[in-house]
Amino acid sequence: MAARKKEKGVAVPTPDELIRYYREMLLIRRFEEKAGQLYGMGLINGFCHLYIGQEAVVVGMQAAAGPADSCITSYRDHGHMLVCGMDPKGVMAELTGRAGGYSRGKGGSMHMFSREKRFYGGHGIVGAQVPLGTGLGFAHKYSKDNGVAHVYCGDGAVNQGQVYESFNMASLWKLPVVFVIENNKYAMGTSTVRHAAGQELFMRGAAYGIPGEAVNGMSIIAVREAATRALEHARSGEGPYILEMNTYRYRGHSMSDPAKYRSKEEVTKMREQHDPIDQLKDKLLADGLIDDAGLKEIDREVKAVVTEAAEFSQTSPEPDASELWTDVLIEA
Amino acid sequence: MPINILMPALSPTMTEGKLAKWLKAEGDAVKAGDVLAEIETDKATMEMEAVEDGTLGKILVPGGTEGVAVNTIIAVLLEEGESADTLTQSAPTPTFPLPQAGEGGGAPSTPRPPAGEGLGVRAVEDEKVYASYKRQTVREALRDAMAEEMRADAGVFLLGEEVAQYQGAYKVSQGLLDEFGAERVIDTPITEMGFAGLACGAGYAGLKPIVEFMTMNFSMQAIDHVINSAAKTLYMSGGQQPCSIVFRGPNGAASRVGAQHSQCYASWYAHCPGLKVIAPWSAADAKGLLKAAIRDPNPVVFLENELLYGQSFDVPDDPDFVLPIGKAKIERTGAHVTITAFSRMVQVALDAAEILKAEGIEAEVINLRTIRPLDVDTIVASVKKTNRIVSLEEGWPVAGIGSEIAAQMMDNAFDWLDAPVVRVAGADVPMPYAANLEKLALPQVDQVAEAARSVCYRR
Repeated sequence: MAARKKEKGVAVPTPDELIRYYREMLLIRRFEEKAGQLYGMGLINGFCHLYIGQEAVVVGMQAAAGPADSCITSYRDHGHMLVCGMDPKGVMAELTGRAGGYSRGKGGSMHMFSREKRFYGGHGIVGAQVPLGTGLGFAHKYSKDNGVAHVYCGDGAVNQGQVYESFNMASLWKLPVVFVIENNKYAMGTSTVRHAAGQELFMRGAAYGIPGEAVNGMSIIAVREAATRALEHARSGEGPYILEMNTYRYRGHSMSDPAKYRSKEEVTKMREQHDPIDQLKDKLLADGLIDDAGLKEIDREVKAVVTEAAEFSQTSPEPDASELWTDVLIEA
Repeated sequence: MPINILMPALSPTMTEGKLAKWLKAEGDAVKAGDVLAEIETDKATMEMEAVEDGTLGKILVPGGTEGVAVNTIIAVLLEEGESADTLTQSAPTPTFPLPQAGEGGGAPSTPRPPAGEGLGVRAVEDEKVYASYKRQTVREALRDAMAEEMRADAGVFLLGEEVAQYQGAYKVSQGLLDEFGAERVIDTPITEMGFAGLACGAGYAGLKPIVEFMTMNFSMQAIDHVINSAAKTLYMSGGQQPCSIVFRGPNGAASRVGAQHSQCYASWYAHCPGLKVIAPWSAADAKGLLKAAIRDPNPVVFLENELLYGQSFDVPDDPDFVLPIGKAKIERTGAHVTITAFSRMVQVALDAAEILKAEGIEAEVINLRTIRPLDVDTIVASVKKTNRIVSLEEGWPVAGIGSEIAAQMMDNAFDWLDAPVVRVAGADVPMPYAANLEKLALPQVDQVAEAARSVCYRR
């Protein structure tokens, strides 16, 4: 692997980049904690799936992204939106169902889009975003814009038939797609051992000739490195690539999930020994790239952004009643 | 006994074909399995094999003959010891009547008048009259509509099963691969959910996909993407994320293809906000509305009909011809009763109107053209004149388009109605295979005439 790394020229992240990744992961963490709080206060309702624990996956993928790349994911989508550059105020206000939300309060946690940032949702049907994302890849190839579609799904989605329909077409037509399986070990309450025949999810594309690899999804460095390799493969016209990100969510599947299907010890062990943010923090300190004051400064900045988003999400008005009838169709 | 060789039916809807070429000559010995001749249908060229051993005694229909009806005796096979001299058979005629599935069973066996012709109307109301028209099949009109829009907009592409190299399972996309190449005319694997989802994603990215379902029956595999991914996204993105896409293919009953391949999806898709649903009848409808559908920035479900593909109509010969979505067409004016219909049922309604005319009942026939948004204004205006309405559709009655029309009449025309709204619809059963049962399951001209009489209190 070392030889290949050199060959593919996976550059070592610069100190500034590492600090940026730390900041992005911390933003997701604090944002999601705040969303959890607002949910508890009754300001956010319905489905709300938090990304806490999985931050290194999307931050590492975006760290390797090209300027024309597109991104699509399922309903655990807040982190993806933030790292794609979407405004935390607009995301949080969507969670509270306000007019200032990305979807003007009409989408909710699972349904936000930004064509400007090439973020294409936010999809609530498990696995449906995989053919949709394959279509983004199709469009990249059709329009020859050199982009790659980053198509995320969970370990639960890989048992959906349409995922394999997508693998087949993506490989057949050599579409520039990287399929990112965020394996957080549980499809809602059913562990991978209980739902997947064969635990090597990165092998699920083998029959279609799609290379795949398992990645330590708790390590931003490992994710970024694998992402660079996979994106380069897809961008060069070699077709799709599968990355199985072994990760973990600390919270339940959604806010209403007490997560009784796993032990407290298991969660504690992951938090204490494998937390992606703590690992990077330790590295930054150990390498002397930042000091405690620097970390505190980042903390303060991130907290201010999240506080502002939370305030906006409560002061932004509810959508006007007339909004009920708009955006059903584009008036030609 | 010499064995008669009959013109074969090579598809469920074939009623006639061209005997392209004989591959055996009179006097040739023939073994079962030998290819005797090539037959051209409207969809493909097929080989006809011998089913018995013998000697080809006499060829009754020469190679190159067009319009040979199914079941016509085209040659005679002699068994051992028989002589061609004993044959007296000459004029080729069908040996027995064609099975009639549904009204008119398959493509009508007698030529229809062109749209409007013989009715004293070509264009009613604000339907524009064009300088010239050309005779085209519905199939050709659909192909031309796609080709013209693909020439006009590089983002338009077609994908589906057999659309490219095979030239379309029903030959609707004939010639498109040659003109536009494999990047824009794309054969997919048999993977409806996958390619419908892929097309929606391409639509998100700003392309304008035309998704061909080999038949709309298979769109049920993909209905999650049609509704959840295409129809709802604009709304749930607060207007940010459009998806301009057309889902098209033959809908409803074809002929003798059984329950899983004979279903009308008009009601299914018309139920869903965020979709437009179109069901053309004539070739002009097909061309003008498909062009409008492709240009439309919203997801459009375009319900064609296999039995109409081979039928010819006059189509405006004008590069700017396009029809408005959401506007019905009055195909025949009348003062006594309104009949609404769409797709193939428009012809059934027109045929019923002819019968009624002889009885002194003038029926106004409305071709709905678009199912969603339904042109309620045109229906209401007609009912204000006739005070009576019969809704005709091929699909099931429960929660059908007729149910919606009945409810709209309650809302918008109650005070003008002199009789309850009557619905004529397909039988509330899965489609049977047997010819007689299939006919019973589909609305027939007599039923429509009877329904019209009933609302006119004339029975």
